[in-house]
Amino acid sequence: MLNRVPLFLLYVNVLVIAVCGLIYELLAGTLASYMLGDSVTQFSLVIGTYLSAMGVGAWLSRYIQQQLAQAFVEIELALAFLGGFSAPLLFMAFPFVEWFRPLLLGLVFAVGVFVGLELPLLMRILKEHLDFSDLVSKVLAFDYVGALIASILFPLVFVPYLGLVRTSLVFGILNACVGLWSTFLLRPLLRPHHVLSLRIRAAIVLALLAAGFFQAAQMTRFGEESSLGGKIIHTVASPYQRIAVTSKRGGFQLYLNGHLQFNSTDEYRYHEALVHPALLGIDQPKRILVLGGGDGLAVREILRYPSIQRVVLVDLDPAMTDLSKSFPPLVALNGASLQDPRVEVINQDAFLWVNQSSELFDAVIIDFPDPGSFSIGKLYTTHFFRKLKDRISANTLVSIQCTSPLVAPQSYWCIVRTLEAAGFVVKPFHASVPSFGVWGYALASLSDIQIDANRLPPDGQLRFLNSKNLADLFTLPQDIRPQTPQINRLDNQSLVRYYDEEWHGID
Amino acid sequence: MGSISRRDLIATLLGASTATLSGCSKPQGHDFQGELLGQDSHHGHRLRESNFRPDSIHDWQDVPVVIVGGGIAGLSAAWRLKRRGFEDFVLLELESKLGGTSRSSNTGSFHYPWGAHYITTPLPSNTDLIELLMEMGVVDEIAPDGTPIVGEEYLCREPEERVFAGGKWHEGLFPESIASPDDIDQYAAFNQQIKYWSDAHDAQGKRFFDLPIANCSDDPQAQELDKISMSDWLGQQGWDSPVLKWFVDYACRDDYGLSIDRTSAWAGILYFAARLKNKDHMMQDVITWPSGNGHIVDYLSQQFESHIRTRFMVAKIRPSDLLGRDANCETVGLDLETQKWGGYRAKRVIWAGPQFVASRVIDGFRNGNPISSTPFRYGWWLVANVHLRDRPVELGESLCWDNVLYDSQSLGYVVSTHQSGIDHGPCVWTWYYPFADQQTKYSREQLLLVPWSDWAELVLTDLQRAHPKIRDLVTRIDVFRWGHAMVQPYPGFVWSQTRRDSVLPDRNVHFANTDLSGLALMEEAFYHGVRAADEILSVLS
Ligand SMILES: Cc1cc2nc3c(=O)[nH]c(=O)nc-3n(C[C@H](O)[C@H](O)[C@H](O)COP(=O)(O)OP(=O)(O)OC[C@H]3O[C@@H](n4cnc5c(N)ncnc54)[C@H](O)[C@@H]3O)c2cc1C
Repeated sequence: MLNRVPLFLLYVNVLVIAVCGLIYELLAGTLASYMLGDSVTQFSLVIGTYLSAMGVGAWLSRYIQQQLAQAFVEIELALAFLGGFSAPLLFMAFPFVEWFRPLLLGLVFAVGVFVGLELPLLMRILKEHLDFSDLVSKVLAFDYVGALIASILFPLVFVPYLGLVRTSLVFGILNACVGLWSTFLLRPLLRPHHVLSLRIRAAIVLALLAAGFFQAAQMTRFGEESSLGGKIIHTVASPYQRIAVTSKRGGFQLYLNGHLQFNSTDEYRYHEALVHPALLGIDQPKRILVLGGGDGLAVREILRYPSIQRVVLVDLDPAMTDLSKSFPPLVALNGASLQDPRVEVINQDAFLWVNQSSELFDAVIIDFPDPGSFSIGKLYTTHFFRKLKDRISANTLVSIQCTSPLVAPQSYWCIVRTLEAAGFVVKPFHASVPSFGVWGYALASLSDIQIDANRLPPDGQLRFLNSKNLADLFTLPQDIRPQTPQINRLDNQSLVRYYDEEWHGID
Repeated sequence: MGSISRRDLIATLLGASTATLSGCSKPQGHDFQGELLGQDSHHGHRLRESNFRPDSIHDWQDVPVVIVGGGIAGLSAAWRLKRRGFEDFVLLELESKLGGTSRSSNTGSFHYPWGAHYITTPLPSNTDLIELLMEMGVVDEIAPDGTPIVGEEYLCREPEERVFAGGKWHEGLFPESIASPDDIDQYAAFNQQIKYWSDAHDAQGKRFFDLPIANCSDDPQAQELDKISMSDWLGQQGWDSPVLKWFVDYACRDDYGLSIDRTSAWAGILYFAARLKNKDHMMQDVITWPSGNGHIVDYLSQQFESHIRTRFMVAKIRPSDLLGRDANCETVGLDLETQKWGGYRAKRVIWAGPQFVASRVIDGFRNGNPISSTPFRYGWWLVANVHLRDRPVELGESLCWDNVLYDSQSLGYVVSTHQSGIDHGPCVWTWYYPFADQQTKYSREQLLLVPWSDWAELVLTDLQRAHPKIRDLVTRIDVFRWGHAMVQPYPGFVWSQTRRDSVLPDRNVHFANTDLSGLALMEEAFYHGVRAADEILSVLS
């Protein structure tokens, strides 16, 4: 009876099953290293658990003696459900549960057991109808081909284009389709009155997974992983944030909590614009303060001036500054700037540090993340800027990154106006950074701002700025017109609200 | 009347459903420590059994003015005297720590309150308080219309408040997302009424609701409001929304430690109406410090440190009528350090302790009229400072300054480290629980026997509603048990003749304490301190 089915369809079935199984495993491994860091450990644990669970599944298959076809379909459906929802479940559970690792490995184990059950069952179903040696060789061949396809497509296609959560759901759906399809394929082997019930169950699983797929954006809001465009090559989960490094198109990118901080291919534009205008305004800059900027890239630009004697970098997260000192691609990019003997790294909230220091600086480079939360928003308030005035002298220049003036004009001008309200003379400026688009900055001082392009580091050192295009930064195009939003204060945090409105749905 | 079981305590104070929430049936192990703190009740007891006789006192000192009590009222009186150039006074305080119900402590760089934790920005009319805040550097300047401009770091830092309802945190105090359209309509109508009362003036141009309440109109219409309870008033308006009721009840418990049906409607409305800005009807901005109003205590006491004597329990005050016209008022007390009795002879005394103690301490208090102090009733409070090694991981609204639990009879907690700008890692939460109704079930003696561990369990059980894993983050819980902490504005009290007469001097003893207003607020304590000082200045100059 089964002989009427084209044989290759059976092998496609095997192939899909194999792809799905491996995808679930890769998802779990990626998620574990993304959430918990230390990818070597996470992947070893996931692979080990998965393989041993498959063994357990294969062994358990002997206990299924009757109704093999029905059991097979049911296992497909269970696997579709479990595997399909594994990534969304793990993402959403992460913030809530302490036993995240047991949960993850438990899921991997369950998926592994089901995958382990699949092939032995299928082979036993088919062995009555096909030549056994032919069957074994083809089934196993398709199984391994499936694994190869999965492992190639996962990093290249699925993660970049679908994200972890959607990938998980898509393969759940595929898996459920195999289940549904099998009710047709194996129809002669199923009891007639079971067929309908199986199909209804398959439809329910499919519907749930599809609903999940359309809610995926909602679910990944917690994980932001879908926005990480490239392949994740390194992750650290610190008490303050999740740091992820991805690689894509010949460069690498650093994300903090899912927000791009820089792309190695064009960060020089961002950092040259952030640092040099401020340093060009001072004759012989000696003592520089960097707030934020734990990647060491702003410091790299600062150290191009031979007159520099001391750089103090205040960054909240030791995991970030450690990464900048030890992760080889980043060390190469920042020129080991944080290891320079003139540089002191202080890991503290700048909001608290500014009250405790008594040093004075010639220039201040502010490279905080965008004001997406209250704990960062406080660093852009009149209060903080006034406190900063105690750390500078009359001629000190302050340079600050202020998010995109095109996407978030209210936010941009809010920072500018807040600096003015705190008593600074402010010059807004901008630069174009391909990874970010047009980016906004401001130069602030307690006295008039004069910058001297002749002080630029000698030719060949800078890739973006030269004495001719420097002035262009300060000419604002028509679409960056001044605005007067509410000043950002500690007791209103208006900036966080503007930022939230303007970037919502874009970022 | 035996001791209270932990299970019964938690079920009574937090509601029966919580008894299962905690591990109160099986005692839980914990890896945090803490202490049970309280007012000096042992010595208070000795006062109550006032048959002890300061026999022969050798140590007499002459000083023109004696202030008894180092809470906000006593300190404000001293501040006013000094500010007006009068420095011949001494301030006596029973406890080793100043501040009374506004005291605070610190552990390393973390400061936290044990009682009062905020004030609202004074309206332009409260010029004395604005003067103090300017001197403290809290108010930077005064706008042309008299509005004080408060320094940014003293205004409550955003995000200010959130409420946990229906399993989620919501921004602000009114949980709109669990409210029905009808709840929201009634809430809007309520706010409309509050605006009306906030603007209402009598024929003489006095506001119906103002702070200090001495400025309020005593129009019969206002006095009528004082005769009914806040819940009756809501009923009269036809408002039955449970969410609105909760909101108003929360306000009464927060400010007065009383439930909505035990608070006078006048006092209930005052909470809202006296705090609206005249211009835009927005709530006045909150001023707060990591140590709460303990910051004001610290500032004030630094201004006249050498005049202060702590650990001195005043046991007797003999006003001069008993001793002849020209004689001075004698204030006698025990130095708790040396256990020696000492006395002061002064021209004038300011009693800045509570009225229920005054009646025992002052000889022939108010001609021996018992009515003069018995209507003053005071409520119990429990305050806990919970030290955390880290913040719980949460979604949605981020940790605010004030964090309220909708289903709880506690007031939730204030993050005391919030105002310092500390957003990561260890922090201290100050948790408040007023015995708004419940104190009737247990006797004072029973409550005094409850051990620290049971109180700590109560605190944790309550916090677990919103933070299931909080237990693992706690390093320390200190619990402060306040007996007779807060005077209660029950219906009919604030506008009673007894309450209004209580501000008058008794012979050469003047009075200053928040309880003279019938409600416990920094603005009232300050007002009475300044008023008593002014009374004395006008007599002595
Ligand atoms: C838990 C709690 C929270 C509060 N929160 C707020 C708030 O957020 N904002 C607000 O405005 N108000 C708040 N209050 C109200 C607070 O009580 C007042 O703001 C103010 O502190 C009252 O000060 P006082 O000087 O009138 O009285 P008290 O603080 O009671 O001071 C009286 C002092 O007299 C001393 N004393 C008494 N007897 C003697 C004696 N025999 N000899 C010597 N000394 C004696 C006492 O030890 C005490 O120090 C709160 C009160 C409590 C209990």
